[in-house]
Amino acid sequence: MAQWPLLSILIWLPIVGAVLVLALGRDPRVARWLSVLVALLTFAASLPLYFGYDAVAGGMQFGESHLWINGLKAYYGLGVDGISVALIVLTTFTSVLVIIGSWGPINKRVSQYMAAMLVLEGMLIGIFSATDALLFYVFFEAMLIPMFIIIGVWGGPRRVYATLKFFIYTFLGSIFMLIALIYLHMKTGEFSLAAFAAAPLSTTEQTWLFFGFLAGFAIKVPMWPVHTWLPDAHVEAPTGGSVILAAIMLKVGGYGFIRFSLPITPDASQEYAWVVIAMSLIAVVYIGYVALVQDDMKKLIAYSSVAHMAFVTLGIFISMALVREYANPDAARLGLQGAMVQMISHGFVSGAMFTCIGVLYDRLHTRMIDEYGGVMNVMPWFGGFFIFFSMANCGLPGTSGFVGEFMVILASFQSNPFIALVAAFTLIIGAAYTLWLVKRVIFGEVTNPKVAKFKDLDAREWIVLGSFAVAVLALGVYPKPLTDLMNSSVLQIVNALMLSKA
Amino acid sequence: MMIQFNPADLIAILPELVLLGATCAILLVDLFLKPAQRDITHWLSIATIALTAFFVWRGAPAVGEGVSAFNGMFLHDGISVVLKQFILLTSGLSLFYARNYMRDRALWIGELYLLILFATLGMMLLVSAGSLITAYLGLELLALSSYALVALNRDSAASAEAAIKYFVLGALASGLLLYGMSMIYGATGTLDLARISALIGQVEHPGWLAFGLVFMVAGIAFKMGAAPFHMWLPDVYHGAPTAITVFIGSAPKIAAFGLAYRLLEGALGPLSGQWTLMLAILAVLSLAVGNLFAIAQSNLKRMLAYSTISHVGFMLLGFVGGSPAGFSAAMFYIISYTMTATVAFGMIALLARAGFECEEIDDFKGLNQRSPWYAAIMGISMFSLAGVPPLFGFFAKLLVLKSAIDAGFLWLAIVAIIFAIIGIYYYLRVVKVMYFDAAADDAKIPLPADLPLRWVISLNGLALVVLGIAWGPLFDWCNRAFGV
Repeated sequence: MAQWPLLSILIWLPIVGAVLVLALGRDPRVARWLSVLVALLTFAASLPLYFGYDAVAGGMQFGESHLWINGLKAYYGLGVDGISVALIVLTTFTSVLVIIGSWGPINKRVSQYMAAMLVLEGMLIGIFSATDALLFYVFFEAMLIPMFIIIGVWGGPRRVYATLKFFIYTFLGSIFMLIALIYLHMKTGEFSLAAFAAAPLSTTEQTWLFFGFLAGFAIKVPMWPVHTWLPDAHVEAPTGGSVILAAIMLKVGGYGFIRFSLPITPDASQEYAWVVIAMSLIAVVYIGYVALVQDDMKKLIAYSSVAHMAFVTLGIFISMALVREYANPDAARLGLQGAMVQMISHGFVSGAMFTCIGVLYDRLHTRMIDEYGGVMNVMPWFGGFFIFFSMANCGLPGTSGFVGEFMVILASFQSNPFIALVAAFTLIIGAAYTLWLVKRVIFGEVTNPKVAKFKDLDAREWIVLGSFAVAVLALGVYPKPLTDLMNSSVLQIVNALMLSKA
Repeated sequence: MMIQFNPADLIAILPELVLLGATCAILLVDLFLKPAQRDITHWLSIATIALTAFFVWRGAPAVGEGVSAFNGMFLHDGISVVLKQFILLTSGLSLFYARNYMRDRALWIGELYLLILFATLGMMLLVSAGSLITAYLGLELLALSSYALVALNRDSAASAEAAIKYFVLGALASGLLLYGMSMIYGATGTLDLARISALIGQVEHPGWLAFGLVFMVAGIAFKMGAAPFHMWLPDVYHGAPTAITVFIGSAPKIAAFGLAYRLLEGALGPLSGQWTLMLAILAVLSLAVGNLFAIAQSNLKRMLAYSTISHVGFMLLGFVGGSPAGFSAAMFYIISYTMTATVAFGMIALLARAGFECEEIDDFKGLNQRSPWYAAIMGISMFSLAGVPPLFGFFAKLLVLKSAIDAGFLWLAIVAIIFAIIGIYYYLRVVKVMYFDAAADDAKIPLPADLPLRWVISLNGLALVVLGIAWGPLFDWCNRAFGV
């Protein structure tokens, strides 16, 4: 089994599957079944990755390397460490649920939708497994195309505006990153991430590169103040698009910080950690308040995503400060681990929340909170799930949402109690906007006669929400497998951070 | 220097001789054909191009062993081989794309083929030019054929206007170029490009050189369509019959690269410190003018014309380095651009039918419902022009940006990417109308049944994906040509 190019299979299986779906999927039923089959196969193929990864040894495993472009010494280089494995399994898992979840709502041009989703899945796995910066960049940009089509074709009324904004905004950031990568290629003569990390760089160079990377990844995460594309994209995207966007695409930004900013520009990351930390804290508090006043459910969850992802960036950059300024690598590890757990957890929770909103939207075709009310009376099962995921969104202990946030706050406390205090505000604001949403949508009397005719979850929706619930609960109660998986990889990153490159 | 005729030199120009001979034969054959038999001319022309390409391939010199024939008038080296192959390829593609379109409009005449073949001959001569005379000769053969091609639709006022504009401004550009050449000749006393390059250090009047250089750069910029010498380009692209736009928008761009390389680097290489700066300014202006004006266009041909200007600006980024790696990147860029532009222009020709030009952007509304396959091909072409990976156009941009950064023009690279982001908008707009908008008219419009056309444009579109994934061999080929 070890001889198989497992990562290549994971990347290309969905993409080849997408071509098949396009070719054979004239009948929507065929397209649906075939795409689920492909997604399930991909998920099954990702399991050996998890079980086969030697977490004790750490480092890059399942490596593949073939010369791609001789003239540039660019490689088709793949490899995963614990962090990548976690994100890849998250991707394959969520993709299955998204595709099953899209069976009902997507009725026009089904094969194209499913194919776009599968291509997107392949690209995302490519991002998380590339060890060559050019290959990374290719996947990083190419994934915009299927997402552009998904939002633009199957989206809501303002989909064209939202999708153009999404594409141009994210392209804007990443193209600055491209300049940074070209510059690094000029310095090192190759594109491998390991070579970039090993290259000595002066402080000035690092500063420019750091901001180049920041432009690319901050927009992807998205961080305040470059988050404005996200609410628009989320509101207009179809449910499946929102789920993928929130659950996986946002993680690309956080992953990029860990793979690029920290190892390649450690000194600049230390120097400017305060910028990122400040931006994260503003996002936690300010975006939390913004979420509070939304009257569109999807927008509310979109803003809550921005606030939650701020914990990821906070955890990543607080660890930078912890290593260098407080000489506290243990706390730094905790921060990084927390950031990673938060990414995975947010993947499940936000994916589930957007699926829930999709379930409601399919019934009433509106996302306005005040159109609903008393859903619990007619959809008890759904209400249960919704409340459960909302609790996870507030960070209730026992759910996955708690673990990551707690670890990040704990780590921040060791650097500066004030930072921890501001970050901990999320527990209050997050609870406020989430529970108020629950109160207005789920509880109360049924005021809208259409809501009274709602049917509870069907089997398909049950499968999707049930799977998310199991994941959220498992991660919340027993996160050890995940932290063990990433432990040695995180340790390596922290150890590398201690060395200056200038 | 004694002028001698060496029969072995004929081997070097064998492909050109084949093309010339076959074209003359087609000229005669076509005279005796009835209009209904035009297909014979069509396939003969395509066979001629294929045969010429075969001889270019057979006669390709070994790596790094360029030959100069006819006392240095004609250069037969790796660069000319690459450029000729792609000139022949894109000319052949435009013949495929022209057939259906011209037949629907009663413009399917033998002259179309002859003019395109003669223009191709001119381009081949141009990219092999070893002296100012051959360069000018090739250029004029190309230009005169192109003027006539644009005017092929005599009854259309727009075509006639475009042809006149093209002719007047083209003649002006030729004049500028020729004037510059005469200054260089005056300063160095030779027409031979290599000797000019060798003598530049010891001329008596360096002022003449600078004077000549400016005029030559202006003339080249005119021919390329770089701003601020771009005014003819949108009108000509717009006014010409679409099938002709496919041709003049593609192969001549490769030839213009050859012209710029031969004259600027081949002859005036020692002055590169001066012309790189001029080209950098031209690049910035072209990027700005091309991208900003393209946004305002509602006509797809005009939009693509402005986009051409911006792509010329991008290509010039490769020149500003003045290094072999930079020229190689620029050559890669121009090849990528022409391969992509043929799909875009070809798609307009494919979707057009008698009485309907399909050249407004809105005419592409809902194409995804009518024909998902061609919408996808057009989408690939637009994303490639926009420079989104994993398509061909992205890697071309990567290489020219890299060469600009390597040459220390970081600011230029940043200016270029800012305009590239602006440029994304109008390419996405085409994708938007194809995918997101509902078809404006009857969705049941049949596509043309011309099978070769449909196959060729599909292959052309898929090549953008394949070359996006496996662009290494082409890149290596370009590098070998320049000895990188």
